[in-house]
Amino acid sequence: MAEYPGNYLYTKEHEWLALDGEIGTVGITHHAQEELGDIVFVELPDPGARFGQGESFGTIESVKAVSELYAPVSGEVVEVNDELMDKPEVVNEDPHGAAWLVKIRLDDPSQVEALMSSQEYQSEIEE
Amino acid sequence: MSESLETPLHDWHVRRGGKMVDFSGWHMPVQYSGLVHEHTAVRERAGLFDVSHMGEIRLRGADALASIQRFTVNDASVLQEGQAQYTAMTNQAGGIIDDLLVYRMGTEDYLLVVNAGTRAKDYEWIARQAGPDVELVDESAEWAQLALQGPVAERVLGEVLDADVTGIGYYRFARIEYGGDPAIVSRTGYTGEDGFEVYLRPAHAERLADAILEAGAADQVVPAGLGARDTLRLEAGMLLYGNDMDEERTPVEAGLSWIVKNDKGEFIGRQALVQQKENGSPDKLVGLEVIGRGIPRHGYPVLSADGSPIGAVTSGTFSPTLKKGIGLAYIETAASALETEVAVEIRGRSVPARIVKPPFYRRQR
Repeated sequence: MAEYPGNYLYTKEHEWLALDGEIGTVGITHHAQEELGDIVFVELPDPGARFGQGESFGTIESVKAVSELYAPVSGEVVEVNDELMDKPEVVNEDPHGAAWLVKIRLDDPSQVEALMSSQEYQSEIEE
Repeated sequence: MSESLETPLHDWHVRRGGKMVDFSGWHMPVQYSGLVHEHTAVRERAGLFDVSHMGEIRLRGADALASIQRFTVNDASVLQEGQAQYTAMTNQAGGIIDDLLVYRMGTEDYLLVVNAGTRAKDYEWIARQAGPDVELVDESAEWAQLALQGPVAERVLGEVLDADVTGIGYYRFARIEYGGDPAIVSRTGYTGEDGFEVYLRPAHAERLADAILEAGAADQVVPAGLGARDTLRLEAGMLLYGNDMDEERTPVEAGLSWIVKNDKGEFIGRQALVQQKENGSPDKLVGLEVIGRGIPRHGYPVLSADGSPIGAVTSGTFSPTLKKGIGLAYIETAASALETEVAVEIRGRSVPARIVKPPFYRRQR
């Protein structure tokens, strides 16, 4: 079974958010990469771009399907994992670690209350 | 659609970790270990596919050949016993009802292998077109079908079957026994690799599948799902019914003129196809290779260099072998010259692509 870190927060769209002060690191979950299969392209925004909670900030594409990436919280992109442009397979290999997608400076920290805990997310995907 | 149908290998797939999806009304494995892993296994070693969902329709009798000649576009009269042929059934307008294989089993005995999603429609059409002295039987439930595809398929299958598979030429088959029941081993496939398709009684399907994986273990032969089947066939430039062809498209437009034998005598759709062969068709199926990043998908618009719409993608994927986006598209014949640079509109973005002649991948012989 995959590990869903207990200190991460999760969305119904299968993103995770790791908070460090006002900066949140965003990725897709193990379950999401498994559903997508072999990932071949990741399209991410440039630093400085702003997104509202639930807004699409990029796409991730596997051999068989394309999927939107949704911002778990509103904010400004402060850092982008450019390495994924050349090595998209890292998303399959280490979705909760090396394959983080973007770091966002949160506009409103209270938005995280809408997100799920590790346990809640795991029961969500078991259904 | 009611509940999904299950092939004789359904439980076998689940036990082997197959990720099951609905396909043409069948519950089938889309992948096991991973699409690209399975795809590469077929290109380099071999992969085992369950294709038991395909339909088998038997025609026997004095009018069998004349009937097949009437409702298919290829010339079945050239078939010898033990030989198979790729062909299509068309309607009066030349639109493709289905693409299929015709196996000549005996003097007046043919087996037609049709797509799962069109089986019922095909059977009805054939029943309407067949001559009086034809015994027509839908044998789909009596046949399981396993496809072993890849460079080591010949060696592995030779070990498992009591048959000289090496002696079977391309698009030839042998009638053998498996588990004491009739079976067919055919040198055909849908991947662009050397390989075989084995038709056998459903009760023996698990045994054969296990035997193949055991004999292939040293070569890391793996079970492969519909996902890899689709990327493999697309790289090989093979068409998928329902995507790349349907009743609105003719074999001429689909690039299948080579199977249309207008000089064989009268057949359904002939007039329309003769006309189209002479005058050309407004649209044409072409191959697209994306230049840069992007994957064409079914339904994406194709634009000319100046941005005007000229067609649409019917099948597309990321090619695991070529490591780029590839696709098939119907585009206006006037705009379809090879090497022309066009664009695929991918989610609002124009991504440049080049018109190429399929196949995208050709195996080394």
